[in-house]
Amino acid sequence: MSFIAKPKVIHPKSPRNELGLTVRDYEGGMSTLCAGCGHDSVTGAIVQAAFELSIPPHRMAKLSGIGCSSKTPAYFVRQSHGFNTVHGRMPSVATGANAANADLWYIGVSGDGDSLSIGLGQFCHAIRRNLDMLYMIENNGVYGLTKGQFSASADLGSKAKKGAENPQPPIDPCRMAISMGAGFVARSFSGDKEQLVPLIKAGLSHKGFAVIDVISPCVTFNDHPGSTKSYKYTRQHFHPAIQADYVPPSAEITAKYNEGEAMPVRLHDGSQIVLRKVAGEYDPADRASVYSYLEKYQQAGEIVTGLLYYNETLREMHDLCNTVKEPLSRVDYSRLCPGNDALQKLQDSWR
Amino acid sequence: MSAGPKNNDFTIRIANVNGTGSASANALLMKSFFRMGIPVVGKNYFPSNIQGLPTWYEIRVSGEGYMARAGRVDIMLAMNNETYRKDLADVVSGGYLIYDSTWPRHKQLSRDDVTIIGIPLAKMCNEKFSTARSRVLMKNVAYVGAIAALLDIDLDVVKSSLDRTFAKKADLLEANHTAFRLGYEYARQHVKCPLSFKAERMDATRGHIMIDGNTATGLGAVYAGATVGAWYPITPSTSVMDAFTSFCERYRTDGETGQSRYCIIQAEDELSAMGTVLGAGWNGARAFTPTSGPGISLMTELLGYGYFAEIPAVLIDVQRCGPSTGMPTRTQQADIMSCAYASHGDTRHVLLFPSSPEECFYFVARAFDLAERLQTPVIMLTDLDIGMNDWMIPDLEWDDQYRPDRGKVLDAAMLEKMKSFHRYLDVDEDAIPYRTFPGEHPKGAYFTRGSGHNMYGAYTEDPSEYLEVVDRLRRKWETAKQYVPEPAVVYSDQYKVGIISIGSCDGAVIEARDRLIEAGIGVNYLRVKAFPFTDRVQEFLDAHDRIYVVEQNRDAQLRSLLLLETEVLQEKVVPLLFYDGLPINAREIVTSINQDQAEGVAA
Repeated sequence: MSFIAKPKVIHPKSPRNELGLTVRDYEGGMSTLCAGCGHDSVTGAIVQAAFELSIPPHRMAKLSGIGCSSKTPAYFVRQSHGFNTVHGRMPSVATGANAANADLWYIGVSGDGDSLSIGLGQFCHAIRRNLDMLYMIENNGVYGLTKGQFSASADLGSKAKKGAENPQPPIDPCRMAISMGAGFVARSFSGDKEQLVPLIKAGLSHKGFAVIDVISPCVTFNDHPGSTKSYKYTRQHFHPAIQADYVPPSAEITAKYNEGEAMPVRLHDGSQIVLRKVAGEYDPADRASVYSYLEKYQQAGEIVTGLLYYNETLREMHDLCNTVKEPLSRVDYSRLCPGNDALQKLQDSWR
Repeated sequence: MSAGPKNNDFTIRIANVNGTGSASANALLMKSFFRMGIPVVGKNYFPSNIQGLPTWYEIRVSGEGYMARAGRVDIMLAMNNETYRKDLADVVSGGYLIYDSTWPRHKQLSRDDVTIIGIPLAKMCNEKFSTARSRVLMKNVAYVGAIAALLDIDLDVVKSSLDRTFAKKADLLEANHTAFRLGYEYARQHVKCPLSFKAERMDATRGHIMIDGNTATGLGAVYAGATVGAWYPITPSTSVMDAFTSFCERYRTDGETGQSRYCIIQAEDELSAMGTVLGAGWNGARAFTPTSGPGISLMTELLGYGYFAEIPAVLIDVQRCGPSTGMPTRTQQADIMSCAYASHGDTRHVLLFPSSPEECFYFVARAFDLAERLQTPVIMLTDLDIGMNDWMIPDLEWDDQYRPDRGKVLDAAMLEKMKSFHRYLDVDEDAIPYRTFPGEHPKGAYFTRGSGHNMYGAYTEDPSEYLEVVDRLRRKWETAKQYVPEPAVVYSDQYKVGIISIGSCDGAVIEARDRLIEAGIGVNYLRVKAFPFTDRVQEFLDAHDRIYVVEQNRDAQLRSLLLLETEVLQEKVVPLLFYDGLPINAREIVTSINQDQAEGVAA
C-alpha cells in the first residue's frame, strides 16, 4: 500500500479565507484508516480550524508519534511540514523544533497508547515546560494497529471485542494535565464538530501548552456493546460542562450571551475565547473545583467535555528560557561565535 | 617509564577522602609546576559519591612532556587512613610516603624501601584555625606547603597563585598563606629538603593552557554555533553542558535585552534529549546532546530515525566503564561498537575520536559540519580521562574566517525558482539530497518519517522504492569518507611493527613508541580520528605484517570494527587491551609488545 493523493478539485464558488485559500487547500492525502474511524472526523475538524484561522500552510508544523492517530498528519494541510516521529516521543521532537523556531504553528497529534503508555513521561514533561503547541489526543481506549489490546485510557470494566473486561483503572489525560499545570485543557468528541473546531482554533491560538482529549471511537476494535469508548456510549454519556467560542483578533463579539454566563478571555494575539457555562456551578478557572468536578462525573461514567480548564497567565518555554525573539535557527553566526580575540583572553585564566 | 624519578620527572599521588575540599589545593600544586614552566598533567580517580569515600589525585610532572598516566607513584601523600595500607603498597621502591603524624602510625605499616615522612598537619591546623571547616580545608593547603618544600617549588609562583585565586576574598587569602607556610616551614625544619629529585624551572609551558576535555567541548559547541543543547545529567558528561551554559551566559547574552541566543533543555531522560536534538536539527538549528554510554543506549531508537530520515544531530559520548551502570567515574572506550551501529535495522553512524581536550574543541565544529553536510547524526566519542582530567594543551586558536557548513539547504529564493522540491532525490549524484527548513517557503514543505519512504519523500512499502533509498544511504556512507578527518600517522626509520590506536590512548602510545624505538623496535603509528575509515587506514593495514591495536575495552572493539570495515586479515591484528577503568599507561603497552615480539622470535 502506498500513499494515495487526493484529487484536488475546487468549486469556483468555494468560500475563501484571508489568504484566498479554500478549505481544500488545507486537506492532505487520502486517509487509509478504517471507514467510520473517529480520527478522520478529527482530521476534518483540524482542516476546518486551520482554514478558518487562515494559517499559511507552510508555516504549520504537524508532529505525531506512532499509531492510527499518528498517521493522520499525512491527511491534513498537505503543504505544511510533517514529522511522524517514533512511538511516544513526539513531545520531545516538538520541544526541539519549537526551541529552534517558535514562529511556526505547532500541532501534535497523538493517541492514548502514544501519550498515556509509552509516551506518558514525555507528555507530562512537555506540559511542565509549557511548550507552545496544540496537543491532540485521539482517544479510543484501544490499540488499533496491533489489533485490539486495551490501552491505558480504557475504563475499568470496559469490554474488549471478545468480551474480556479491563481490570485496570484508566488514566485520564485531562485530569493529569490539570495536575501537571497545563494552562489549556479541553475534552471533546470526534462526533461533535461544532464543539471541536472552536476548541482547536482556541488551542492553536493559546500561548503555551494546549491539550485536547478527543474521544474518537475505533469502529473496528472498540465500538461494540460493553465498550465505554463506542459511538453509542459516548453520545449517551456526553456531558458538556462549558462551551468555548473562538473570536478572531479583528472581529467583534456579535453572538448574544446572557449576563454572567459568558466569560471572554483575551489571548496574546488579540483573539478571544468566550467561555459559556453549560453546567451551572462550573468554573473553568478554578483548578481544584474543576479537578473534583471531573472526578465526580468520571466515577458516574459521564464524559465531561468543553474547555475544562483555562489559565492564560502561565509563561511558556521560551519565556522561561529568556531566549531572543528571533528564531534561534535564524540568528546569524557572527552573533553566535565569540571570535578569536575573546578566546585568547579567556585562556589567560587557564595558565 | 624511565628507571626512577629525576628532576622534573616524577609522580605525586594524593590519597584523600572525597568532600574534604582537596580539589583546589591539588589544583594549586599542579598549577605551580605549570607556572614554573614544567609540563604537567593531573588525573583524578574519584568515587561515584559526594562525601566520605576514598579519592586520589595524581600529578605527573614530565619535563619531556608526556601526558599519559605514569603508571608509578614516586611520592604518596597518604591522607586517608582507610586506604593507607594499599597506598603504601603502591609507592615505587625508593619512593616517599608523607602522612599526617598528628596520629600514631601502626608499626607494621612500613616498608624498608620507602622513606616515610610525618608532618603533623591536623595538629598544626587545629592550633592555628578556629572553625571545624577551616581546619579540614587548610590541612590540604598545608600539605601543598610541605610538598613545595620537599620539591623546592618556587615560592613566588605559589604566592602569586594564591593571590590570584583569592584576589577578592582577603580573609581566605590570609588563611591560605598561613596554612601553606605551616606545612612549608615544618618540612624545612624536620626533613632534608629537597628530596633526591625536585622541580626545576624550565620554559616548556609557554603557549599552553591547562584544561579538561568537557570544558573544551562545551566551548567548542559555542564556537561551532550550536544554539540548542538538550541533555540529561550523567557522569562523566555533565560538565560539558555546565561549560556550554556558562560560556553561553558570558558570550551569548544580548547586551541590551539580556536575552539569550541559545536554549538549553534539561530533559526528563536521554530519549527526550535525543528527540529534542532531532526536532531542533530538523528545524534548522545546530543542536547537540552530551551523554555517556547508558544515555547512548536510550537514544538508539531515535538515532536510527535520524539516520533514516537524514536529520543532522551531534552527540558527545563521554565514555565510562560499562557494562550497565558499570563504574561511572572510571574511564573506558567501550562504546565504539554500540555507537557505530546504534539502532535497529541497517544503521551506521559517523564517529569522531578526539584524543585530547585540544581536539575536543576543534572536533565539535567538525562534527556539526559533518552532520549538516551529510545530513546525519554524528557522535563524538571522548572518555572520562579526556573529559574530566586536567590536560596541558597548546593554546586554542579560532579561525575567524570559519563559517558553518550548513550543507545542502535550499532557502526561499532558491525554492522560488524551482519547479518542485523532493526531499530525498539524489540530484548531485553524491547520495546527499537537498533539505529545507520548515516555514521557509510553500514549495519546501515535505513529510518527515521513519517509515518507508521513496525518493520523493512519500510513504512507501514498495520494495524497489525502498531499495532506492536505503542503497543511496549506503552510497552516502562512501561519500562521508571524503569529509571525515584523516588519521594521524607517524612513521619510524627502523620500521618493524605497526600500532593502531584511538582517542585517549594517544599519550601512552606516543610514550611507549619512544621507549620501543630506544629499545630497537621501530614502530609506525596510526591513530584513527573517524569512522568510516578512510583509504589511509586500509593502506596502513596493508603495509604492515603485524599491527597492535591498542584500546581501552575488553572486547577489542576498534579491532572488531577494523575487521568488519576493512580488508585486513584477522591474524595480522593483535589486540592490546586495557580496561580496568584507570587511564592507560605506556609501561603496559611496552611490556605487552616486548612480550609478543619475544614470543615471535622464539616461534
